[in-house]
Amino acid sequence: MDKIQNNKAWFLVLPVLVLVAFSAVIPLMTVVNYSVQDTFGNNVFFWEGLTWFQDVLTSRQVHSALGRQLMFSGIILAIQIPLGILIALCMPKRGVWASVCLVLMALPLLIPWNVVGTIWQILGRTDIGALGYTLNSLGINWNYSRNPVHAWIIVVTMDVWHWTSLVALLAYAGLQSIPQAYYQAAKIDQASRWKVFRYIELPKMQGVLLIAILLRFMDSFMIYTEPFVVTGGGPGTATSFLSIDLVKMALGQFDLGPAAAFSIMYFLVILLVSWVFYTVMTNLDKAEGR
Amino acid sequence: MAVTTDSYAASARSFALPKIRTRHVIMVLYLAFMLIPIYWLIKMSLQTNREIMGGFTLWPQNPTLDNFRTILTDRSWYIGYINSITYVVMNTVLSLAVALPAAYAFSRYRFLGDKHLFFWLLTNRMAPPAVFALPFFQLYSSVGLFDTHIAVALAHTLFNVPLAVWILEGFMRGVPKEIDETAYIDGYSFPRFFVKIFMPLIASGIGVAAFFCFMFSWVELLLSRTLTAVNAQPIASIMTRTVGASGIDWGVLAAAGVLTIVPGALVIYFVRNYIAKGFALGRV
Repeated sequence: MDKIQNNKAWFLVLPVLVLVAFSAVIPLMTVVNYSVQDTFGNNVFFWEGLTWFQDVLTSRQVHSALGRQLMFSGIILAIQIPLGILIALCMPKRGVWASVCLVLMALPLLIPWNVVGTIWQILGRTDIGALGYTLNSLGINWNYSRNPVHAWIIVVTMDVWHWTSLVALLAYAGLQSIPQAYYQAAKIDQASRWKVFRYIELPKMQGVLLIAILLRFMDSFMIYTEPFVVTGGGPGTATSFLSIDLVKMALGQFDLGPAAAFSIMYFLVILLVSWVFYTVMTNLDKAEGR
Repeated sequence: MAVTTDSYAASARSFALPKIRTRHVIMVLYLAFMLIPIYWLIKMSLQTNREIMGGFTLWPQNPTLDNFRTILTDRSWYIGYINSITYVVMNTVLSLAVALPAAYAFSRYRFLGDKHLFFWLLTNRMAPPAVFALPFFQLYSSVGLFDTHIAVALAHTLFNVPLAVWILEGFMRGVPKEIDETAYIDGYSFPRFFVKIFMPLIASGIGVAAFFCFMFSWVELLLSRTLTAVNAQPIASIMTRTVGASGIDWGVLAAAGVLTIVPGALVIYFVRNYIAKGFALGRV
């Protein structure tokens, strides 16, 4: 759509600007402020320069947390995106069952995150949880609070349970927008199921899938509450992701300087990756002439 | 000839039937995977703590509503739901009120710095709440808003306003510009046009945006817990109380969890026809 050049539109954006400036810019400046100073209490601050940034950049703890974080985001993207597409393809196209599926699938998305954690914490227990009990009676020595591999399995399964529906719903919305004529043409050409998927459905889903990847990457990269409730970041530090480490540093030990420097770099990583996705997305929008 | 047609039909059927079956099987398995954890929570909420700890059962032997009674009659419990709903509604209204004009501006006009502004807004959706927890705590303490509903509502606008702008902009793009122009020619002023004509046209988009604001504000814990102590404490942080001296009261914990699912389930039911499009942020 051709847009009109009109700088008065700024007045319409002004309320958002004021609000977001209050709730984002002021806190962010506080963080920047802390990141270059040190304090011994009483609100007396000393200029520290880039010391904290150097500390964080060379900290082994941060490196391993970043490694775990990247691995976690990678694993859940690798599971959730294909699974979400598969589910979207299997969903009924219309009618009562489509509504039923939509409502049931969206349920996990609306459960408060600590309740999600609680649910899986309970499920994984061997005495009162369905999952832990079943695994134990199958002869597996299941213990997610001792065994790091088991802790990872339960955290990943939880995230798959929690968020795959989001990907599926997005992909489903993309599928719904494909006109019936496309499928008829494919049928006349006797295209195989795979070809229909590869050359009709996948390109049409491209846009929504990018949104899905963007949202899932962002949210998995800042995951905090759920693993914190289930494993508390343990055993040891096996499941302490970046946010868990950060909160421990900032609110637990009150190491303001390093925590602030950590925050800024954490934010920058997310920003960088998201910017790449966003640029690709807007270019796609343009290519489709929207 | 008849034989070949039959065998053709048979092979077609044998080709078609399993395909339908696999689809259904996958769907049923997936829904089971979605529902079993929720079922388990409901099951536990209907049991007494002694029964839960007493042995492993697949369904409650003596279903009881005692756990729910505990929560719904104790003010220190149910006030958490009232607090949560209060700040969630405040946040939804606030987010939509500022996002609507902004989304209109982004969808209709080009102006100085529009693209940068839009991306900057989105970056706030990307900001990890953990980064903001401490500065928020200090900011709201210093302006005397700590432990109030409005503090949490304002804090949640951080990620809900950008999202609302994004969704609404997507829906507004779908409305032809000619409608605006015709309305102006007919002598409508901008505010009157916006409220009387434009907002009804994107009603489903507003509904979806409200749904998302509700959802993300309802499920968030880190910020709402950091910014409250007593007066505005959300249910999610009250739930941690079930850890007592005598261990965890699993029954009450499960009942509290079940009650947190209810508002979400109700909201989903109302927007079920727009969910799919809504999750695509109106961009389908």
